[in-house]
Amino acid sequence: MKAVVKIWLKNGVLDSQGKATYHTIRTMGYSDIVKDIKIDKLINIELNDIDKKTAIVKVDKMCQDMLVNTVIEDYSIDIV
Amino acid sequence: MSVAIIRFPGTNCEYDTKYAFDQIGAKSTIVNYDEKILPHKTKVVVLPGGFSYGDYLRSGALAKMSAIMSTIKTFASNGGYVLGICNGFQILTEVGLLPGALKRNDNLHFISKFQYIKTINNNNKFLNRYKKDEVINIPVAHHDGAYYIDQNSLQKMKQNEQILFKYCTKDGNPMVLNGSIEQIAGVCNKDKNIFGLMPHPERAMEMILGSDDGKKMIEALADV
Repeated sequence: MKAVVKIWLKNGVLDSQGKATYHTIRTMGYSDIVKDIKIDKLINIELNDIDKKTAIVKVDKMCQDMLVNTVIEDYSIDIV
Repeated sequence: MSVAIIRFPGTNCEYDTKYAFDQIGAKSTIVNYDEKILPHKTKVVVLPGGFSYGDYLRSGALAKMSAIMSTIKTFASNGGYVLGICNGFQILTEVGLLPGALKRNDNLHFISKFQYIKTINNNNKFLNRYKKDEVINIPVAHHDGAYYIDQNSLQKMKQNEQILFKYCTKDGNPMVLNGSIEQIAGVCNKDKNIFGLMPHPERAMEMILGSDDGKKMIEALADV
């Protein structure tokens, strides 16, 4: 089983990489279809076969302790 | 009195920092990240600049889990003085010893140059040798230097005189350098024994290298 942690910048925190990419994409001829770009992080954690609830609790602890900086980032966890 | 300079994999300013303390005759020791104790009679801990753990995940995020960091947290909670320079500042915010976070510079550039900064509060052991509003010239060299904190916490920090340096022009006017909220370049904790800044005082120790404006900061630390 696998935990997929998605991390993104909180609302109100400038995503400078997303903004720069958005401006470049527009200059490539996509200004008529592209409204905005945000760059997130995806972390795939391969897990041993454990109970799903336990997996969520433990991965959440990993996020709080290190994977996510909750001052500027939000996150979600999917067990697949 | 002794200064412990912490070295993580990827730290690259430990010898510059040691040189700075040598210059003023203060004893300092370089301590590795996997140590569990600080040298006897350590009075000051310095987290120097560099790229700990290659800046992977986020700058400072992996360094905060090193063995020595638990010891430093205890040292700080007992009133010990801790200075974080550049990557050291990032580590201190990541580990929660300082409020806020450092994020990618707004213009995405790695900024490396001399920079004027203004002393906003000098009512602390770190900056008591500078005058309030004094403008000093100190090099910066960073990619993730945009300081961020929510407005409520920022107001509390202002009331408690925790904003220590801001980026400015030579004349002391506000200057946008990297997207830092309110141009903040350095902050301290509520108890004023932990200080982090993005500029490098250890690189401003001699006029022959462009500036000795960092000397008073290093001297003040050696005196705590």
